Amino acid sequence: MPPLLRRFLVLCASIFAILTFNFFLFHIIPGDPIRLIARSQRLSPEQVAKLREAYGLDGSIFTQYWTYLKNLAHGDLGYSFALHENVADVVGRALLNTLILLTVSTTVVVLLGIVIGVFAGSRHGSKSDSATVVTSLVFWSLPTFWVGMLLVFIFGVWFGGLPISGITTPNAEYQNYFQYIADIARHLILPTLTLALVDIAFFVIITRTSLIEVMSEDYMLTARGKGLSRRTMVWKHATRNALLPVVTASVLYISALVAGAIQVEVVFSWPGMGLLTYNSVLARDYPTLEACFLIISVAVLVANFVADLVYRRLDPRVAVA
Amino acid sequence: MTFELSANEEATAVPASGFLAMLRSIWADRLGRIGLILLLLTAVVALLGPLVFPFNPADVGVDSSTILQPPSSAHWLGTDELGRDVFREFLAGARISLFVGIMATLISTIIGAGIGIAAGYFMGPLDTALMSATDFFLVIPALPLMIAMGAIFGQNLLIIILVIGLLSWPRTARIIRSQTLSLRQRQYVSRAKSLGASDARIIRRNVAPHVMQLIVANTILVVAGCILAEATLSFIGLGDPDRISWGSMLHFAFVSGAVGLGAWWYFLPPGLGILVVVLGFTLVGHSFERIANPRLKGH
Repeated sequence: MPPLLRRFLVLCASIFAILTFNFFLFHIIPGDPIRLIARSQRLSPEQVAKLREAYGLDGSIFTQYWTYLKNLAHGDLGYSFALHENVADVVGRALLNTLILLTVSTTVVVLLGIVIGVFAGSRHGSKSDSATVVTSLVFWSLPTFWVGMLLVFIFGVWFGGLPISGITTPNAEYQNYFQYIADIARHLILPTLTLALVDIAFFVIITRTSLIEVMSEDYMLTARGKGLSRRTMVWKHATRNALLPVVTASVLYISALVAGAIQVEVVFSWPGMGLLTYNSVLARDYPTLEACFLIISVAVLVANFVADLVYRRLDPRVAVA
Repeated sequence: MTFELSANEEATAVPASGFLAMLRSIWADRLGRIGLILLLLTAVVALLGPLVFPFNPADVGVDSSTILQPPSSAHWLGTDELGRDVFREFLAGARISLFVGIMATLISTIIGAGIGIAAGYFMGPLDTALMSATDFFLVIPALPLMIAMGAIFGQNLLIIILVIGLLSWPRTARIIRSQTLSLRQRQYVSRAKSLGASDARIIRRNVAPHVMQLIVANTILVVAGCILAEATLSFIGLGDPDRISWGSMLHFAFVSGAVGLGAWWYFLPPGLGILVVVLGFTLVGHSFERIANPRLKGH
């Protein structure tokens, strides 16, 4: 079987496993969805009976499972009684906002992390190198949400000037599209800074270790023998080869990224999947919480698959193995 | 008997006094020493603190003039949104945070090491099945899953410990499996096997002692992750309302608007506490790893 096809089948199996796992987690263990809904909402017996029928809860566990899969296939994620809206609509909006946040912050984190890592690694053993390592370990030990709280305190209470909540200024009127984008960009600054402060450490450490290894390779000695400048050696020769392990490691980062984004969205009220998850926990809005978990998990599985494809393209040795 | 002894000799090559020797070499490492000091500090605060300054959650303020007050001689770290003493709350929170982190780590280590050793030792279909499950849990995002489970199963300390512990083992399983696999290829394992030793005996006497160091090094790093996970879950609002941890303190500080009101004495101490303990475990863990695996030295 070609490795690509095998990977794809594993992805499909994993998504199916998540769907099944989700079914047991939200539909079987707590009783049934109606009991979850009824726990936080006052419903009349007629409403309960109607919901039971809609969810196919009159049948056996297999019919329930079938109904659940069928609803999902139709894009029906249920109805949120807390938000009085179809969960699919709510999730659709939140997903877009999260993607904006993730795209910007990941770009910043990865680029800065690699640059700082190369700087530290190429000065291996120097004072600035060990200072970078220690600083990275300290920031990596910080809870992301607390860093966010500190930034809210510093920029919201002390200095002011930067927006600390939401994605746009409430009731703002924009003359043109650029002003709208600029407003979103301003709201992105602190959430991105929070994620960057904590997560850059991840890429700094990995890039640095990888670069140190590459610098001791024979071809680096050859490069020096050719009389190449130090800068060409480090940035052109070593960095390119050092980046491969960084790509591999970024797969591990996806999970940390999701966790960080959830916390940042909560602290800065960024209306994405994380804030939606948080609000549905507080409101005990189980249909929404279920959809959030499902969408985030499937998105992460797909992201892993894509990262793996990229890695295979970059390193032909893996494709053969 | 003599044959068996020779088979065991290699297995017990790790010195029995390894623990003290290990502590000494961590102490000799600069970052390791800082880590040990941070951990010692946390241990003293968590164990002795609540004895000297007990915290009574019911000891709330009488009127609005007692809530979110800045530090004073009566309240060294001011008061929280209910007028309670933040300093005493901080000491009580240290205990809960550490307790949850360590218990969850124990669960995660037992599962991870068990799966890793079983998969690596027995190989074949069992290995394939266990590693497929491990890879599955490795890629699904842990925090959303923890949040979902926490929200469904309820908010108490035992649930939080179980949720974190049951979801933090995959990396341990992977590391221990590869080490077990390589141990299994060693001669003394096949020798013990041909002498008729049972699998249980070989695992107990020839495999387990050798992966122990790796398990310990990994465990120290897992504690840091589990403490951060507890803080995050509690911050989201899934902490045990009766047992306040540093994470739940930050939750209440956040939802009561203490940050916007500039009540730094409320939200700074728990965060710094988390930083100190997580950094302590991280530094000691990395130091331990470098000593146990000299190839990493200098990196």
